[in-house]
Amino acid sequence: MSPILQGLITIVLGVGGCVAYFYASNLVLDKVIFPPKGANPGRNINRANMVRPWLFLLPAILALGIYLAYPVVGSFWRSLFNRDGSQFIGLGNYEKLAGDGTFRQAVFNNFLWVLFVPALATFFGLMAAQLTDRLKWGNLAKSLIFMPMAISFVGASLIWKFVYANNPTIGLINAVRDYFHLIPVDPLQIPFWNNFFLMVILIWIQTGFAMVILSGALRGIPEETVEAAVLDGANSFQLFFKIKVPQIMPTIVVVWTTITILVLKVFDIVYATTGGNFGTQILPSYMMQYMFRDDGRATAVAFVIMIIVLPVMIWNIIQARKELR
Amino acid sequence: MAAIAGQKSRLTWAVNISVVIMVVAWLIPTVGLLVSSFRTTDQISQSGWWDAAFPVEKAFRDRIPGDGETQVDGKYVLTGDLLTNGQNAADLKSGTVIKAFGTSGIKPDKYKAGEVADLGDGGTLVVNKDGSYTATSATSFEGSGPRVYFVADMPPAFTLSNYKEVLFSDGMGQAFINTLTVTIPATIIPILVAAFAAYALAWMEFPGRGLLIAAVVGLLVVPLQLALVPLLRLHQEVGIGQSFLGIWLAHTGFGLPLAIYLLRNYMVGLPRDIIEGAKVDGATDFQIFMKIVLPLSFPALASFAIFQFLWVWNDLLVAKVFLPANDGSKVMTVKIADDLLGSRGGDWGILAAAAFVSIAVPLLVFFSMQRYLVRGLLAGSVKGG
Repeated sequence: MSPILQGLITIVLGVGGCVAYFYASNLVLDKVIFPPKGANPGRNINRANMVRPWLFLLPAILALGIYLAYPVVGSFWRSLFNRDGSQFIGLGNYEKLAGDGTFRQAVFNNFLWVLFVPALATFFGLMAAQLTDRLKWGNLAKSLIFMPMAISFVGASLIWKFVYANNPTIGLINAVRDYFHLIPVDPLQIPFWNNFFLMVILIWIQTGFAMVILSGALRGIPEETVEAAVLDGANSFQLFFKIKVPQIMPTIVVVWTTITILVLKVFDIVYATTGGNFGTQILPSYMMQYMFRDDGRATAVAFVIMIIVLPVMIWNIIQARKELR
Repeated sequence: MAAIAGQKSRLTWAVNISVVIMVVAWLIPTVGLLVSSFRTTDQISQSGWWDAAFPVEKAFRDRIPGDGETQVDGKYVLTGDLLTNGQNAADLKSGTVIKAFGTSGIKPDKYKAGEVADLGDGGTLVVNKDGSYTATSATSFEGSGPRVYFVADMPPAFTLSNYKEVLFSDGMGQAFINTLTVTIPATIIPILVAAFAAYALAWMEFPGRGLLIAAVVGLLVVPLQLALVPLLRLHQEVGIGQSFLGIWLAHTGFGLPLAIYLLRNYMVGLPRDIIEGAKVDGATDFQIFMKIVLPLSFPALASFAIFQFLWVWNDLLVAKVFLPANDGSKVMTVKIADDLLGSRGGDWGILAAAAFVSIAVPLLVFFSMQRYLVRGLLAGSVKGG
């Protein structure tokens, strides 16, 4: 069967199945299990209403359980076994990781990414949000800065491969160098600094995200605070850094952490540009190197990423619970 | 007052200029790719894409065709047009301007176009700007014209050949269809599942609700990397293996936390009166959901659909793991990252065209539905945190 036909059938089955499940299960609950008649109609209605939320939630809980919750445990369990899963080796995979120079390099590089990408993307996003705010063509400018968000990491990597190309008639950087009669260099092969050239790609993508959210937050600042500051003689810079930024600090933190999490997951950029060579390995791309070859080690790396993400996850949950109350 | 007004306008200028600089900086890489995708590999290696709108100077070697000589005033004469009759006719397009020519390879630009070159033994050669030439000789050419070198300004030219090649011989066409096949079910299926759950979490009272919401928020940030190995094994054990069905299920599962979270945040904000009123009138939860909440939540549904669409379309990781590695089921991101970057690494025109084929649809979706995307981002990140 062709995949397209298969896809169509899946859509029909998926959507139809969903509707049918919800409709039928509600019907069975109300008509068969707890009908609002017979000996205790009142008790039956109450019972039906206690069960109903779980009917609504069941498919989602199943999918979340199988596809996201179980893998956390499953991955950890798998990481305690050797390459082909035949032998329990305890923390052996983690010991191997600790002894591997490339892994340590990946951790260090990832640390650089986490340090610089969220900071710079948020900074540029904030600048773009503030500067375009009062501009007549601000919305157009925002749209254009936001655009890279729609481009895949692979596409973005390719776009920047052009910019970084060694050949001065292709790469902009080397064209500029050529203009000043400098010999062409390959930015992606300069030790240490090549990491930053790769980070530029993700910053380029994420600035738009930061800008959109921060611009929403800036618009939400009460006018009175700004007006009061203006009356007190604050200049534009004071207005921005002392009045506006403190008020949107919670949003800045949200943007920052969201990008941080993303940084820890993106393997595409390194994979499509340097393939982890020239000292640019990061944890997600390091994991992909072992995927399909040594699942034990791959899951161990994945679990390391999970541990790094954990504090953010807990913080997010605490924030969400605060808001619920 | 005047001084302040002056400062104001200077500041406005500064703001305008900085935004222009930023927009240009953000746009240039993509523009470069777009321009390059319409140029042949030849052109790309001769001049930067920023020069694509200007003519390129190129040197040629040719031999004037020797047949068809005529006799004028006792001299043997060959006439014709280098742009159409010469050996380089295939490369020379109309609009090419010849700047200079010569009779030896050492100085191919010895004579300006239109000047008379001396061929020795009383022979002459004139090549004009438009490519027409006249060669004369005291003796017969005997079927072999003189050698000529010339420098020409090639007009800027754009071609669709990269796209043709990428789509039809490099397999991007098939990959495009595969991407579409993966994306559409993976976008549609999670929506209903999530909407029902979101409704329960927003409008139904039951013990454990807070805990479930917290769990959803927690699952939002679980790194996908964790899911790969155990799920692939699970798929293999139940017989799904690496297949389209497998990737649909995987994307459905991975997209659910965001979907539930976005939709719940939106549904909570719906007016309480409407829902309670319907309950009083005897509507069941199922009816309230289908007839009131779902239609009212359209903006949130659209936001999520766009997110999921862009995310699945652009995904490389999940496709690499959950789809078979054979050529027939590769999606575009895998095709570019694994095939084209390796086998056609130096073929910039082809790479650019491939990249553009893969980002064209997301860009279209992005620009036509930006409103929903922005709204979704704001609902997802600011309210909930």
